[in-house]
Amino acid sequence: MRRLLAILLENEAGALSRVIGLFAQRNYNIETLSVAPTEDPTLSRLTLSTEGDENRIEQITKHLNRLIEVVKVVDLTDGDHIERELMMIKVRATGETRDEVKRASEIFRGQIIDVARDAYTIQLTGTSDKLDAFIRAMDEADILEVVRSGVSGVGRGEKILSL
Amino acid sequence: MSERLSGGEMLIRALQDEGVEHVFGYPGGAVLHIYDAIFKQQRIEHILVRHEQAATHMADGYARSTGKPGVVLVTSGPGATNAVTGIATAYMDSTPIVVISGQVPNEVIGTDAFQETDMVGVSRPVVKHSYLVRDASELPQVVKEAFYIARSGRPGPVVIDVPKDTTDPNMLFDYEYPASVSLRSYAPATRGHSGQVKKAVNALLGAKRPVIYTGGGVIQGDAAAPLTQLARRLGFPVTNTLMGLGGFPGDDDQFLGMLGMHGTFEANMAMHHADLIFAVGARFDDRVTNNPGKFAPDAKIVHLDIDPASISKIINADIPIVGPAAVVLAEIDAVVERRLEADPDRLDRDALAAWWTRIREWRDAHGLDHDQRHRCGLNGTLLPQQVVQAVYRATEGQAFVTSDVGQHQMFAAQYYKFDAPRRWINSGGLGTMGFGLPAAMGVQFAHPAAAVACITGEGSFMMNMQELSTCMQYALPIKIINLNNQALGMVKQWQDMQYGGRHSHSTYRDALPDFKALTESFGHVAYRIDTLAELDDVMADVFGPKHTDDLVFVDAHIDPEEHVYPMAVKGGAMNDMVLERVDGRDDIREDL
Ligand SMILES: Cc1ncc(C[n+]2csc(CCOP(=O)(O)OP(=O)(O)O)c2C)c(N)n1
Ligand SMILES: [Mg+2]
Repeated sequence: MRRLLAILLENEAGALSRVIGLFAQRNYNIETLSVAPTEDPTLSRLTLSTEGDENRIEQITKHLNRLIEVVKVVDLTDGDHIERELMMIKVRATGETRDEVKRASEIFRGQIIDVARDAYTIQLTGTSDKLDAFIRAMDEADILEVVRSGVSGVGRGEKILSL
Repeated sequence: MSERLSGGEMLIRALQDEGVEHVFGYPGGAVLHIYDAIFKQQRIEHILVRHEQAATHMADGYARSTGKPGVVLVTSGPGATNAVTGIATAYMDSTPIVVISGQVPNEVIGTDAFQETDMVGVSRPVVKHSYLVRDASELPQVVKEAFYIARSGRPGPVVIDVPKDTTDPNMLFDYEYPASVSLRSYAPATRGHSGQVKKAVNALLGAKRPVIYTGGGVIQGDAAAPLTQLARRLGFPVTNTLMGLGGFPGDDDQFLGMLGMHGTFEANMAMHHADLIFAVGARFDDRVTNNPGKFAPDAKIVHLDIDPASISKIINADIPIVGPAAVVLAEIDAVVERRLEADPDRLDRDALAAWWTRIREWRDAHGLDHDQRHRCGLNGTLLPQQVVQAVYRATEGQAFVTSDVGQHQMFAAQYYKFDAPRRWINSGGLGTMGFGLPAAMGVQFAHPAAAVACITGEGSFMMNMQELSTCMQYALPIKIINLNNQALGMVKQWQDMQYGGRHSHSTYRDALPDFKALTESFGHVAYRIDTLAELDDVMADVFGPKHTDDLVFVDAHIDPEEHVYPMAVKGGAMNDMVLERVDGRDDIREDL
């Protein structure tokens, strides 16, 4: 089962390496990871997606909580939540494919953020599934570079993750 | 008004303010400012070790025997990496030590400077927490937090990596030691959930075949007294893990002995057939459960631990309780007392009596033999069990006993009956050979007048024997009992049982030193014994008034063929045990 964890972490040197080290050390898998400071500059927020059954996720959560610098851990997939990922994809766009790429980008509500003679760079936001679908819609041979941010997530409604 | 101190002075002053009396250390370039600050004061005694690994085990032995954090000071690079084995040892057994490592100056960190190692990185998987000091002004706060974290909740080692520039004697700071510490991200449980406590009581009172199974958490959590009180009130059998020995009196009739891989027949049988297992401060380690899929099929599990991550990690807990063992056990005991006062028949006393009958049958059939003087080893040699029993008699069961790793460790655990906590000190989790002697030294520093014995094997002893020199310098009257089987006995036993007796690199081919001459060369007293006839007399001398102030080394030449039994059968349930020597079986547990 895919799980999305939101983690509040002290924004201190070395704190992130403890989180990553824990996953390596205990043989847990990190699929995506995104991290940045929050509105409170002493805190960082991580969104981490991983695979595992209920027991495994419980163990991961408990071990994360054992780290002194981890302030809070929430499994977003436990409740209603929103998740988004950002992708920048550079595709070959020459001759007739130039129009095709542009149309596909519009259908996926992407934005062309850089134009070169033979290439477009398109920015796309959405669920990971949507970004995957866009990649599938492109001709594999035309894809030059894919940059994805990893998933970020937030709970729906008025519930917030704070201290 | 606060004082003006340098970083090095602040570090030492903070240790003083923390109540530290001993620091186990070894100097080097990165810590010279700190050593100068040590030179200029009297309150802390610095003990100069001969190897940094030994310093960490000394601090660990000190901590295990007192409950107070042990303190280590080492230099950067090789000093720090030498300490890692001891840090990992403390981590696996959850003992509080604070390790201060020197580091190259902040401005050259990352340049592969002379004696630079990323100590925070190297030690990360084996610490409870660690600090890299970026600025001298942080030092008092960091020390305060480090001690608090090391000893609270589930204790563990904390590393403070101190770059040399932060201890510069020419830079002065206002020193003030923080009165208290609060960390928003760290708040260990201080009591149990009352709903869970009630559920646990109901489960206990309803049990027909209960076992109380306790581990190192009862020792570390100072919970032996409330555990004993509750167990006696309920009349339930108690078994201890290797780390938990002394949590319940070892000579009590309610005590089943140690459980697990080399546990007693009755302890393992009782676990397997139990309908209720009350686990306290124990973590269902693989050395206990054997195959988790076959573990105690009929048992409901009540699991009390300070660390939520230990609960349902290996074996699912039906009733989990997170909290400090001492507090929660007292809570449970109070509720049990009230319930039994209201209704003495709340316990199924007939079922319990029948359960005890079965347990006594197991004990009578295959229990440990606590006086083996009638036995005789190969060619009339001594048996290791006889030596441990003689130590037990000579010390009247009141010594601190440290051990190393191997057969001798198991014999010590099986045959020295510990009746108080913090007396049995061994590396259970990491299984670190070389732990015993330095740990005994740490214990002796903490308890100068106490009898401290190190029951070791010649293989383990040689891993840290350089500390005999430290023992001479500080006049430590430790008694070292070397169960000399001229082999890496535990390895050899596995080779006998699973590898057709092919002793691949488990013997030394007559290359052992004369241990008596060796220890005498360090200025200590030494005996060699070979026969049962001399055993009790020698032990009476060793632990008697004659050698109160001496370090005595007893080189006990024992039967090299003796194996440790019972032994769990690989992949089996807890009731699958080999009880006597059968060479060449290949279904014994395979992972050493
Ligand atoms: C540092 C270290 N290396 C290797 C081992 C693996 N090991 C476990 S027991 C043992 C043999 C110990 O020999 P000795 O100390 O003589 O004890 P004996 O089993 O003979 O009583 C070894 C090599 C270990 N536990 N620790
Ligand atoms: Mg040996």
